[in-house]
Amino acid sequence: MERIPVLRMGSLLLITIQVDMHDKLALQLQDDVTERISDWGSTGVLIDISSLEIVDSFIGRMLANIAGMSRVLGAETVVVGMQPAVAITLVELGMSLTGVRTALSVEAGMELLYGNSITGSEDERTEA
Amino acid sequence: MSVQKREVLPVKNSNDVVLARQKVRQLAVELRFSLVDQTKLVTAASELARNALDHGKGGSMTVEVIVNGARSGLKMVFEDQGPGIANIEDALKDGFTTGNGMGLGLGGSKRLVNDFSIETEVGKGTRITAVRWK
Repeated sequence: MERIPVLRMGSLLLITIQVDMHDKLALQLQDDVTERISDWGSTGVLIDISSLEIVDSFIGRMLANIAGMSRVLGAETVVVGMQPAVAITLVELGMSLTGVRTALSVEAGMELLYGNSITGSEDERTEA
Repeated sequence: MSVQKREVLPVKNSNDVVLARQKVRQLAVELRFSLVDQTKLVTAASELARNALDHGKGGSMTVEVIVNGARSGLKMVFEDQGPGIANIEDALKDGFTTGNGMGLGLGGSKRLVNDFSIETEVGKGTRITAVRWK
């Protein structure tokens, strides 16, 4: 069966979406990501959408769902690599992906996630 | 106004939505729409095809390359024999949904094209026409 691979990179999960998304694939991906977070204790999820030529409300909803489910399981999601034409269209469509963190590249996304965990622990120390 | 090319595709399942997007992309490239305009057309096609599938229980998409004087454009017509839309004004509002989507499909698609019209009859079906000019 067709499936989007979920790769493990240390404490992060890396997902590269390259195929034209349809319902079953999206649901399968939600299942896979949540299972991996739970199995591996991942604290971050990077979703690379640089190969996606469009993001419609269906894919937008899927990204928001994955980010929400991951957050509940203790992992932050960053969507990276959106093409400029996709960003223009998405906002005009009425979706600004509120609640989903974004970054320009996988590197920037990793910095955001790792930087975040470092800042997070510093905050805890200050509070203590 | 003349029609230079016409193709009809079924919209009966989730994979047909993918094929509908690919067809619109191909014609938009042939018409030399800019990348942003191509993206808008394909996104609108995706929303409207999914709308016909989820709310209209499936139907068809007709795409036409049309020419009006010096202007050319891409026209997409989505037809279904579903329950129809009881209140078009509500259906076009962002956030309005009878399904489990986000309610951006119709209103959002309207913003992505130049001409947009809905013909619908409750119990008979819906025809949505969307045109983007070059």
